[in-house]
Formats: sequence, C-alpha cells, structure tokens
Amino acid sequence: MILARQRFGLWLVAACAALALLVLWSLGAGPFPVGLADVLRSLWSSLTHAPSRLPANVDAVVLQVRAPRIGAALAVGAALSGAGAAYQSLFKNPLVSPDILGVTAGCALGAGVAVLLSLPIGAIQALAFAGGLLAVGLVVLIGSWVGGRDPLLTLVLTGIVVGSLFGAGIALVKYVADPYNELPAITFWLLGSFSGVLPADLASALVPLVAGLVPLALLRWRIDALSLSEDEARSLGLPVGVLRLAVIVCATLSTAGSVALAGTIGWVGLVIPHAARLLAGAAFARVLPLSVVLGAAFMLVVDTICRTAFSIEVPPGVATAFVGTPVFIALLALSFRGSA
Amino acid sequence: MGIMRPSMFASRLAWLALALACGFAAPALAARTFVDDAGRKVELPDRVERVFAAGPPASVLVFALAPGKLLGWTRAFHEDEAQWIARKYADLPELGRLTGRGNTASVETVLEAKPDLIVDVGSTSRTFASLADRVEAQTGIPYVLLDGHLDTTPAQIEKMAAVLGVAERGRELAGYSERIIDNLRAKIATVPRDERPTVYYARGPQGLVTGLGGSINVEMIELLGAVNVAGATRGGLANVGLEQVVLWDPQVIVTNDPNFYREVWTLPAWNSVAAVRTKRVYLSPHLPFGWFDYPPGANRLIGLEWLAGILYPRLFHFDLRREVAEFYRRFYHREPTAAQVARLLAEPGVAPP
Repeated sequence: MILARQRFGLWLVAACAALALLVLWSLGAGPFPVGLADVLRSLWSSLTHAPSRLPANVDAVVLQVRAPRIGAALAVGAALSGAGAAYQSLFKNPLVSPDILGVTAGCALGAGVAVLLSLPIGAIQALAFAGGLLAVGLVVLIGSWVGGRDPLLTLVLTGIVVGSLFGAGIALVKYVADPYNELPAITFWLLGSFSGVLPADLASALVPLVAGLVPLALLRWRIDALSLSEDEARSLGLPVGVLRLAVIVCATLSTAGSVALAGTIGWVGLVIPHAARLLAGAAFARVLPLSVVLGAAFMLVVDTICRTAFSIEVPPGVATAFVGTPVFIALLALSFRGSA
Repeated sequence: MGIMRPSMFASRLAWLALALACGFAAPALAARTFVDDAGRKVELPDRVERVFAAGPPASVLVFALAPGKLLGWTRAFHEDEAQWIARKYADLPELGRLTGRGNTASVETVLEAKPDLIVDVGSTSRTFASLADRVEAQTGIPYVLLDGHLDTTPAQIEKMAAVLGVAERGRELAGYSERIIDNLRAKIATVPRDERPTVYYARGPQGLVTGLGGSINVEMIELLGAVNVAGATRGGLANVGLEQVVLWDPQVIVTNDPNFYREVWTLPAWNSVAAVRTKRVYLSPHLPFGWFDYPPGANRLIGLEWLAGILYPRLFHFDLRREVAEFYRRFYHREPTAAQVARLLAEPGVAPP
C-alpha cells in the first residue's frame, strides 16, 4: 500500500485533479491544428448555445470528433476498470478480468454476425451489446441450474466454456465471411478503436455504463464483505446470492457497453484494479473509486497516443499493452522490492 | 458446406488415391511448359478443358476468357448478381476458395471437380508460390499463379488465354483492356500534378478503414493518377481517425459500403469534409462483380472508366450506358438490357448529382 489510508479522500481528489489536467492536455492534442484555447471556446459556445465564431471545421473537430472521443475513452476506461475491480472482489481472484463470464466473446460474436449481415453501425453496436448480455445470461442460468458446492467455481468454469463456445462462433463467422470485405471489417472491429465514436454513440453507450457503475459504487461496502468467506458473509446478514447477481449484472452492463462502443480492449480491466490495490490496499470501497479514476486516465492517455502518434490509428489494444506494461512493472517494483 | 455423406467421402477418397497415382505419372504426359508469374515451371496438359479457379479474380478472368471451361465459383451468386450472366454459368457449383485468407475448398473438393488445371490470380509472393507448389504436389494437378495487379491486366489476360488455349479470345480482350487503360492514362497525363483530385477511400460501416499507399485496394486511384490522401504511409488496410480525415480534407470520397454512404450525409463531423460539402461522395456499383477494390480482378476495368469520369469530370465524358453494355458483353458474355444498365447507373451514389 503506497497511499496512506487516512488521507485516501485527499489522494482521490488529487487523482481527479490530475485527470482533469489530462483531459485538458488531450483536448488540445491531435493532428488537426486547433489549440486548447480554441477548443475551450468551441466547447463553451456549444454549452451556452452561442456562436463560437470559429471556422466550421474547427467546431466539427472539437465537438463532433475530439470531445466525444475523449468522453468515450474516459467512460470505457472507467467502466472496464470498475467491472474488473468488482469481479476480482467477487471471485476472490486477482487473475479475473471483466470478460471472465464470456461477455467479450458474446459481444464479438454479436458484432461479427452484424457485419456479416451488412448492418449499419448502430445495429452492429446493438447486436454486440445484446451478444454480451446473452453470453453472460447463459452462464448465469447454467451456473444456477448446475449449482454445486462452490457456486463461484461453477460460474467461472461455465464462463470459460461458454466464452470459448462464442469464440468458436466468431471463428465460424470469420471463416464464412468474404475475405475482401467482411473479414477485414470484422478484424478491425475486434481490434477495437475509439476513432469512429460520434456524440450519439457515446450518449447511447453511457446508459449501460452508468447503469453498471453507479450500483457498484452504492454497494461498495457490501461488495467488500463478499471477499469474506461465504459463511462469514451470511452471518453478517448479507444476501450473498442477490449481491453476487447484482455485481454480475452491473459488471456485464459496463463491459458490454464498453465493448459495443469501442471493440475489445483487454488489459485495462485486469491490470488497473491491481494498480489501484497496490496503491490503496485491498478494500473494495477504496479500490473501486481509485480504479475508476485510474482506468479513465489510463485509457485517455492511451487513446490520445493512438490518435496522435501516426497519421493512421494505433489499435488501443496494442497501445494499452505497450504503455501499461512498463508502468505496471514500475508500480510492482515500487510496492514489493525491498519489502520482501 | 454441408456434412459429407459416407459414400461421398469414400468416393472422394478414391478420387484422391487415383489422382495421387496419376499425379506421379502425369509429368511424363505433359505437353508444354509454362513459366508462371511466380517463376514456377508448370507442366501444362495438351488440352485444358476443366479449370478450377482458386479465388474470385481468377474466376472472373477464366469466365471472361472461356466460360465453358470454368468448373465453378468460389461462392454461389446472390440472385441480384445472377441476373447479369447466363443462367447456365450462374448455376455452376460453389467450390470455395483455395488460396488467400482462409481456404474454404478442401483438396478433395478440388479433386472431385476433376480439373485439368488450377489457376490463381493475385499475389505472387513466396507464400502463395509455396502454397501453389504444395497443392500441385498434393493433387498432381498443374497450378498456375498469375500476378493480379491492375496495371498488368492486359498481360494477365493474354497469359491466362495462352494457358487455357484460347489465344485468339485473349488477344481480343487484352486489346480492349489495353485501349481502356491507355486512353485513360494518355488523357490524365495532360493534367498537371496540382490539379489532380485528392481522394479518400472509405471502407467499413464507419468509413474509417482505408487503403494506404501501394495497397491493392487503392490501385485504381493510383492508376488514375489521383492523390490518395492516405498514400503517404505505405501498407495495406489501416484504421484512421475522423480528425485525420477532416485534416486531409479530400475532394472526393469513394466507398463501397452502402451503410456508410447513407450515413455520411447525416453526420456533422463528416459534413466539414470538402467531398461531403460538395456532394462528391460516390458508392461503387457491385453487380455482378465489384467496380472498385474487390474482387481485385479484371472486373475493375469498367470501374476505372466510372471513376475517371468522377475524378476528372471535365476530361472524360463517357457514355457509361454504352461502356457498361460493351464491357459486360465482352467480359460476361451477355449484353445487359438497357433497363438493367439504367437501373445500375441510377443507384444512389453511382452518378454525379
């Protein structure tokens, strides 16, 4: 634990302030030459509905391209990290990521089928979201039907099996896809990107993201108690089954919403909660808010690099690993070296 | 593909054995040696009557030159595509792809079709050359690999015609193709560099996948001497950001995604791009084979004339109805009706507004 427990609130405020600075930096960065001052003027005039007196394409770049894209990176980073933190507490396992119950594979299959049917982008996003819910729904149903002495283990195993079933479905979709057109479209979608996020996409994706994250935040003390043994949790009067289901539903909504918006982005949901835990200790009530802020900041930095490094986009899945790995190793070293 | 019945499986196995046996004996009977574009020496049989086309560009070329020798298509035609060619050709079986990304044809399918020859048109890199060698060794059927670049189309046609034994027909189509390309190039050569239009190729439902410089996807733009805005970086397909497209500010956008074409007019961000503001976004026709980008075969020749008229409206005044009728008659063996052509050219995004 690097951050002192007593001053956690202070640290969180500082992290939020740093995040705000990052947002300003990102707003001013991009291939289109528009500086931070013009960006802020454009944003302000759109909020006040006053004319900005800026060229139309500057307004378009700021309001239609850069701002929604930054919003999407923040939201997806926050949602994936929050979902990852919740799952790691729920399953009492640090190797768990948000797609442990097959949500990502479900989303990918939904999107792949939509591309195969040549549907427009809105329908691709909707089918991706539905596919994610379907996969996790199946896992939960099968898990509760099978039961077993260790319901969490049953869930994880079912998740892996159903996830690989949907993975096989993706392989089949790619196999029958037209190699010139549909196959590249599916591949690019699976690689993920924030490059096409428009204001309307962000608005519709925010619904599941917020619907997932807010209950997690409200339930943070109870989720903390889930990391106790099942008997202990029950003796505290916790409705363990209901609570578990709530966590699964929330994490699934967040993750499916993220994947529908930006494609499959790994790493964040697995590693950011660890970083938060290294910084603030294991208590979920502290890990969740810190994960959300760190995840948002990390995704924002990564995506800003993705869109500014070259004239073509770097896939965020690639950039997350390249940026995140050294940062995480540094954090590990800071926590453990010398303490052993 | 369905699940194979046991009897069918047995018969395929028998064919495999037979073909393997013949394969080892075949070279002695071979009548002529052909050096393909990968530099591979291929022993061709005396008469080539049954041809397996390994990918879509090869099927288009074999169909254009000798439709009676084509054994099947890589995929079955959709109904709207089938209306453009004679029923007996449209009804040829679906045999799958043999090369490229993802094989859908098994070696047994190939053998069961009893081809005298396998042909492929496309990349002649060592990967594809070794793939051809392997299939040839496995089946004992000669496998010819031809370079599929757009600017070599006339040469492709002549080589394929020589292989198929229809040299006369090859000269006719090659000459016709050469006239199309030469005419376009000669006139475009008179346009100064700074007057050539900048073009963005929008792929995918969001229009944010594009072909980089030198990629097979944007060959048409490059052959027509226009400036591909993404051409500074060389490579294949890549994802680009919308902000980058706004910065490039292309004068013309070409797409083959109808969803993107529909949505591009409604999105404020795209509206700041010159091509959208001046209504110069075009959706390429795709019947019965695509006019732009894919399949990357001789079918793109008619697309060249279409695109040239779009890129250089003052230079070219093709009567597309006549050009389409002639190209389809020569390459697809049936002159479309005036109504068919009119419908094709009246589809949204095909003609300048």
